[in-house]
Parts: sequence; C-alpha cells; structure tokens
Amino acid sequence: MTVSFDPAAEASRATDAILRDTLHGAHRGVVVDSPPGAGKSTLVVRAALELAAAGRPLMVVAQTNAQVDDLVLRLAEKNPELPVGRLHSSDSDPYDKALDELPHVRKSAKAGDLAGLDVVVSTAAKWGHVKGVEPWRHAIVDEAYQMRSDALLAVAGLFERALFVGDPGQLDPFAIAEAEQWAGLAYDPSASAVTTLLAHNPGLPQHRLPVSWRLPASAAPLVSDAFYPYTPFRSGTGHGDRMLNFGVPSDGSGPDRVIDEAAASGWGLLELPARHTPRTDPEAVRAVALVVRRLLDRGGVATSERSPEPVPVTADRIAVGTAHRDQAAAVRGALASLGVVDVTVDTANRLQGREFDVTVVLHPLSGRPDATAFHLETGRLCVLASRHRHACIVVCRAGVSTLLDDHPSTDPVRLGVTVKFPDGWEANHAILARLAEHRVSWRP
Amino acid sequence: MSLIDNLARLEATAGGRARPRATVRHRHLSERPLVFVPLVTAGEAGAPLGALIGTERTSPRLLTVPQPRDRDLRFAFLSRLAEILLPYVESYEGDVEAAERTEADAETGKRVKVEVELCADAPQLIVPSRAGVEFVRLLGRSMRFRRTAEQDPDAPYPAPPRVPLLGRWLTHFGERSRVPGSALLLAMTDLLSRHWATGQSSLEEQHLGALLAWIEAPEGTSGAEAALRAELARGADGQLLCPPAGPATDPAFDNQLLAPAIERYDRARTALAAASDGVEADGLLAALAAAERDIDALVESRTRPTWDAVWRGLDALCTLPEAPHAVDRWRGDRWSFTGHRDRVAAGEPPQPRVDDAVTAANKLGTREREQARLDAQEALDDPLVMAGRRLAGEAFAGVVTDVVMAYSEGRSPRPRPLVTVRTGDRPHLDAGVKVYRSLEGKPQAAQFVAYDADADADSDDVGGGGRLVVLRVLDKMGRGKEAEPGSVPEVGDRLCWTLFEHEQRGGPRLPEPEDTPWTHGGPPEGAGPLGERSDAVTSEDIL
Repeated sequence: MTVSFDPAAEASRATDAILRDTLHGAHRGVVVDSPPGAGKSTLVVRAALELAAAGRPLMVVAQTNAQVDDLVLRLAEKNPELPVGRLHSSDSDPYDKALDELPHVRKSAKAGDLAGLDVVVSTAAKWGHVKGVEPWRHAIVDEAYQMRSDALLAVAGLFERALFVGDPGQLDPFAIAEAEQWAGLAYDPSASAVTTLLAHNPGLPQHRLPVSWRLPASAAPLVSDAFYPYTPFRSGTGHGDRMLNFGVPSDGSGPDRVIDEAAASGWGLLELPARHTPRTDPEAVRAVALVVRRLLDRGGVATSERSPEPVPVTADRIAVGTAHRDQAAAVRGALASLGVVDVTVDTANRLQGREFDVTVVLHPLSGRPDATAFHLETGRLCVLASRHRHACIVVCRAGVSTLLDDHPSTDPVRLGVTVKFPDGWEANHAILARLAEHRVSWRP
Repeated sequence: MSLIDNLARLEATAGGRARPRATVRHRHLSERPLVFVPLVTAGEAGAPLGALIGTERTSPRLLTVPQPRDRDLRFAFLSRLAEILLPYVESYEGDVEAAERTEADAETGKRVKVEVELCADAPQLIVPSRAGVEFVRLLGRSMRFRRTAEQDPDAPYPAPPRVPLLGRWLTHFGERSRVPGSALLLAMTDLLSRHWATGQSSLEEQHLGALLAWIEAPEGTSGAEAALRAELARGADGQLLCPPAGPATDPAFDNQLLAPAIERYDRARTALAAASDGVEADGLLAALAAAERDIDALVESRTRPTWDAVWRGLDALCTLPEAPHAVDRWRGDRWSFTGHRDRVAAGEPPQPRVDDAVTAANKLGTREREQARLDAQEALDDPLVMAGRRLAGEAFAGVVTDVVMAYSEGRSPRPRPLVTVRTGDRPHLDAGVKVYRSLEGKPQAAQFVAYDADADADSDDVGGGGRLVVLRVLDKMGRGKEAEPGSVPEVGDRLCWTLFEHEQRGGPRLPEPEDTPWTHGGPPEGAGPLGERSDAVTSEDIL
C-alpha cells in the first residue's frame, strides 16, 4: 500500500493534466473518466472558467435540464461576472427559476440571441436543433457516457474540439427500438457517445480522476473493485474521518439493527425471508419505509471532513433508490403513510449524479423469480451503491445469490462489440458477498 | 408486458383458450395482401426449397427448386418469384394522390412545402412467422447486388433480368418491418399474438399452428391440448400432422421424404444428360418430370397447411374492427412505399450493405419515435390497452367533479381552468407533471396541481371514493379571453388523462452523410448520391 497517498495532490495532478490537454493539447478531443463523486462537476466548471478566461468562448452540452441548470448555477457561483447563456426549450417552465436571480445569465430559446457570450449551456436534445450558427472552437460534453452516439452526431458539427467528461460505470444509454442491426459498427447509434468517439479516434488522450470525495473509505474499495476493476480509485477520506451516530439507542428491531450495522461499517443488508413477490413487494417496501422512519426518529448526526461539528442527518440527506418507477411510487406511498416527507425516492436512472448521506436501496433482484438483463445491468447497481457519503442500507429478500447462479448472463457476443467488464452478474456477486458480512435477518 | 396482459395470459392458461389482448385491430390489413409461405433447405443459408405465394386464398402459386443446391434452378425460382411479386408491387405504383412534403430547398436551404405524389395504397406482404421476415431480408440481401447481363455484360453468372430489382424490394420490405407499427411486411404470428394472449411463451407463439389452435379452440374445448397436438402429433408415417410454418422444415420430412425425392430427381437428371438418342431421352425426360412433380407435391403438402393457417389468421383478425389510428400509420407505409418507388425510378443504386452513421442514426430515431407513437395510439384506440397503461400508473380515468374558472397571470390573462377529477386509478403524478386527454382527436394538455386534501383521508380506498386529482388545463381553449365552448371539461364528464404525450416531436436534424463529423469518422468513403458502391463480387459469390 502506498502510505504516502495524498488524495488532494493526486486529484490536482490529474486535473492539471486534463486542463493542460484541454487548453494546450494538439488533439481534437480529451476524454475524462470519472468515478462516482470524484469531482466531475467541479472539473467541468473549472475547465469552462479557464477556457473562458483564456478568451475562448465555449458551448457546454449536458444531458438533462436539471444538469444544465445546476452547471449554470455553479458557474455563476464561481464567477458571478461571467456572461453565461442558458439555451432552453420553448416549453413552459423550461429552466430553474433560480437562474432569474443571476444578472449575468442570459436565457433564450434561440441560439442566435446568445451569440458572443463566454459560455453557452444547454441539453444535447436542444443543441441538436441548433442550425446555422458559427461553430464554437471549444465544447465540453458532460455525462458523455450517458449520451448516445446519435445525439453526439447531431451536435458534433457545432464545435471543433471538445472535452468529454463522464462516468463509465453508470447506466449505459438505451434505445426503445430495435438497434441490433448496427451492433459492432463503430458508429452504432445506440452505443454511448464515448464508445463511438474512441472507436473513430483511438489516439485521443484519456484521463481519469483518481479520488472519490463522496464515497467513504468503507465503500470506495468495494465500488472500485466491483465496477472499475481496471481503473481503480481511492476515497478522499480515510477510515474514521466520517462517522454516523444516533441519539436514540436501538430498540432491537430489524431496522434499528441494520441501521447500527451500517453506521458502524458503511454497509447494511436487511434480509427478509426468501419469497417470490410482485415488483412492489409490500413487505420489502414497508421495510424500506421503516428503515427511513427510524433513521429520522433516532436523530442521526454525521461527522465528516466538511465541518468540525456533527451535522444532523435530515430527510433531505437521505435517499431511497429502486430499479422501477412503480417501486419508487410504492415506497413514496409507504413513507407518506409513516409521515415521512422530503426524502428523495427515485429510480437508479434519476439518481445518477446525486449525492446523499445515507441511502436505502431496494435491491433490484429482491423477490424476483428471474434475473433479466435489465436487473443485472452493471450500471444500475453501481448507481445505487455509490450515492452515499456515509452509509448504504440494502433491503432484499434472501436467495439472490442462488438466483444469480441460476441465471448466468447470456448476452449474445457480437462481432466488433467490446465486451464490457465486469458484467452485471459478476458485479452483483461481488456486492452481495460484501453485503453478506453486514447482514441482519429480519422477519417483519 | 403489462399487468393486464399477464392477467390475460393467466386466464388463457387457466381456461385453455386464448383471451383477447385488444378490442380493435391495431394493424391495417390490405384488401389484397400477398401471402408468402417460403421453405428453405436445411444446411445451406438462404437456399430456397419452394414457396406458396399469391393473393387468392383458393389458388396459390407453387414454386419449387427440385435441387436446391443447383444455382441455375435457384435463379429460375427467384426469377419466377419476381414474375409474381414485382407485378403485384407495381400494381400499386400507378394510383397516386397529391400530397405535400417539406423539403430543404436546393438553393436557399430553407424548409419549403413541395407538392409530391403519394401512392393511394401500398402492397402488403404477409409471411407466417418472424423467421419468414428474416428470410425475406436474407433473400433481399442475396439478390440486390446481383448484376444482370444488361447491367454488366462481363458478369460471369448474370442474374435473370428482374432478380436484382426483386432483391431491392424485398430489402425495402424487410427494413420497413423494423419500424414499429408498420404494415408493409407482417408476420402472422406477431399479428395474432398482438391481439390474443395464450398460455404459451413468446417463443412457442412463433409456431403458427399452435397459436391458431389456442385462438380457434371452440368453447368447451382445450386450445392448449390442440396446440400440443399441432406441435407434436405425428401420423403413422412418422411425419408431423401439422408441418411447421417454416421456412425451416421438419428433419423427419427432410430425411424420410425430401432427401429420397431429391435423389430420384438427381438420378433422373444424370440419366437424361447421359442419354444417347432421342427416343431414350424422351423416356428419361418423362422420368425427370415425374421426379419433379413428386418434389412439387411434397413441397405443396408442407406449405399448404401453413398457407391455409395464414388465411385463417386473417379471418380471425378481420373479426376485429380496424383501430382508428391504424390508417394514419398505414399512411406512413404508403410514404415509405412511394419513396422507394421513386428511388428505383430515379435509377439510384441498391441499398448499401451497411448503413452509414447518419442513416443509422436517422433510422433509429425514426423507430423510437414510431414506437412511442404506436404505444400512445394503441392506448388511445383501445380501452383494453389503456387499462394496462392505467394499471401501470401512466394514465387515469375518472369523472369530473368540479370545474373552477381561473386565469393566467400577465398582461392578457388566458383561461387556465382548474378541473377536479375523481379517479380510482393510481397514476404516478409528481408535482408539475403534464397530462393529456384527447379532445376531438387532438391532445389537450393539463398540469397536475395537487391531490384534493378532502380526499386524502380515504385515498387508499380505491373501490369507494378514490382520489381527487386537481388539474390545470393549459391549452386548446381558443385564442380569446374566454375558453371556447366545449373546450373545457364539464362536471360529470368521464375523461381519460394520460401521462404520456399523444403525438411525437421530430428529432434533431442530422447532418448530411457527406458532412459526417470527426467524432463519427468523417464522411464515409465514396459518400454522396452517386458514389455509393455495391459489393465487389468475390470468389464466394460464384462458388
């Protein structure tokens, strides 16, 4: 082990190299892989500010309106004087009202109105409709691994060179229509933008951010091993830097015991008896809700490097993650009936990029009779297992490891398609093995 | 698969008979479809053995290849196929109506409306199963790059005159069938399983005979048993009573009947070739003709049951009235047909072996929009499909209990009435979510405001009160200060609101292939309308 590992120095070395390639490199593209919570947004903001400061106006491509608004707010926070354009759709309520407070942010549905501003930010979908403007010399493409190749095709004509930033471990983009006929082509429109970019430009410099500031020391090695085996990363904090304590002692129930286990070790598995259930398994949903209720009732406080004093773990610092929307809706209903409000409950897709102190996850394979490609998808589990700063509690029916063994992955291998490692099957086993060490069996 | 489909499947399993999945027919069916029942030879990809084809139920044309490995005979088969299929396709080319299309103006680059022809109807090809669709694609692929003697006088093995054109059309049919909701080329098993649920897995439903057995089972009988019989029952001779729908044949048929018949044919041909005088040749020719007739009879015996099954499937489908939106989608098929007609007429080269980056992205975008459109239209056309969406929380139906007139803020206030709907459904309504209802065929949008607090107490009581959903109606109320009559829901109206949009927006306009950006490898080699190259002939093409 490298005793002298200094996370801040490592991270800033990586960032410097990225900015050097972006500002002064000879290549048309730079790719940055960023593990969960490694400061991707910070990097994007810094790169944008430095490019703008060097007198090189740029466009920024993000994937969702929420991401765009967030970026604009961060840019304005760092440099309130910077002229920023927010290109938005012509729908009603197209952007976050908070942008109206910012004097140097101009908002428009027409790219022409924003010409000449230092930074113009919008979604890939909106950029795809922009035509007849002078191309930008620079672009930053955020969440590039979640962008589809065909979306990049629609916007790539707008810039000469670009910095592509994203997390390769999160959910791959998907198509709702048949796309198999293009599998193996370098420009398969259903593949991710980075896959296509690198297939056509194999010589582009690729960087990665080596330190996760979000994940605690208890989680980073596991997430790194399970989902990023060839590009490992470290946590920015050490064991003991973060602590989770509760004012109210355990009442001995399953939820309380799993909370204590997770507070002590960073992980907790609340295992319900094996059973095949519908997707919205009422017992599991109820268990998730109870865990959240107890987390709040027991007055949790989090100690971390962010502040010298312990900070209360309030509802807005807790999230529940599920695989399906109906599961999220069921959990919301169960929480409401327990009087819990303001806890984020969403699917893995929508939790991408978010960060919380404690997450409670309904395991995607819990109670299922089969393991489909959807439920095995590596990215789904990776998102769910990497949103937390302190602890992650998984609620699951027993028997998932048998289920996995009964359903080895059977994805067809196609010519010309790079096989993704690790596959979801293997990653699921790795996570389960670790969770098993922190198991609390409970019969509700 | 939606909850309502699972229920239908369970009911079918319990009752032994198919259960409806739809109350209307969601695909347009032509008045004169061309039914095509092909068979292939085992062991060689794309070697046709024979086919039944035609538009008349009682008089299909039988085509056979007595020796499937003989390429001359195969070309003869394809040539006869072209003689039947192409006149059928071309019979739809002449009858046109005027239509408008937006195109980029050649000089200014602006989008302008142009008057163009649109074929009034289009051909429709029906094959028994999905494997048949694949075979149509394969046939298209194997023919479209062929060169006739006229196109290339030096070709060592020129194709018969119309064969490359047939390949282009079959390729077009095969490619179009990948667009969700399209109906130029349909597989009967897909059509039937869209409209009926059985107790079988989707793989088992690819057996047309078994699927029909579930659907056609009379009251009081077990379709499940009939389906098992259709799949497995063999006669005293060891042959399946219900031959598979193909294009693959049953191995027992291949080994016991077909192989000996082909061998007899080969022997007769060899003997004829070795004949030394005319009298002997006459006799041997008769023997060859008899051997050929034997093979014809065998192929017909294996295709005719499937042929009849396809028509019985059409009968079953025609008991359902056509869904209102199916005609809209058929219009898309007519555009597709007209477009290919024009490309052929303009002398454009055949479809390339692989799509370029821009074409692939355009196709995927179109398919995704069509899929979303299909999902929305099927739900709007069919209460049974909508029930599935309602159970999934993607729509809700209810009675209007209250309407309060309200207005938007701003200089010229517009009507934004608040409508309260009582529903027993449980839609996934987050704050600010938009919902849509159909108002005279057009979608009217509203925004979810809140659940009415009065109903919160019994919000779990689905059977009784249900929930009160408060919506703010946003559009389709005219341009005036007051809403136009009939445009605002009234108390007592029973409405169905969807969380999905009814119409699809167009996707981004992609660059032309010759402007493919560096991220996607730059312009393809030989890009441009004239530079496309077909495959070079390799030694494997003329084995």
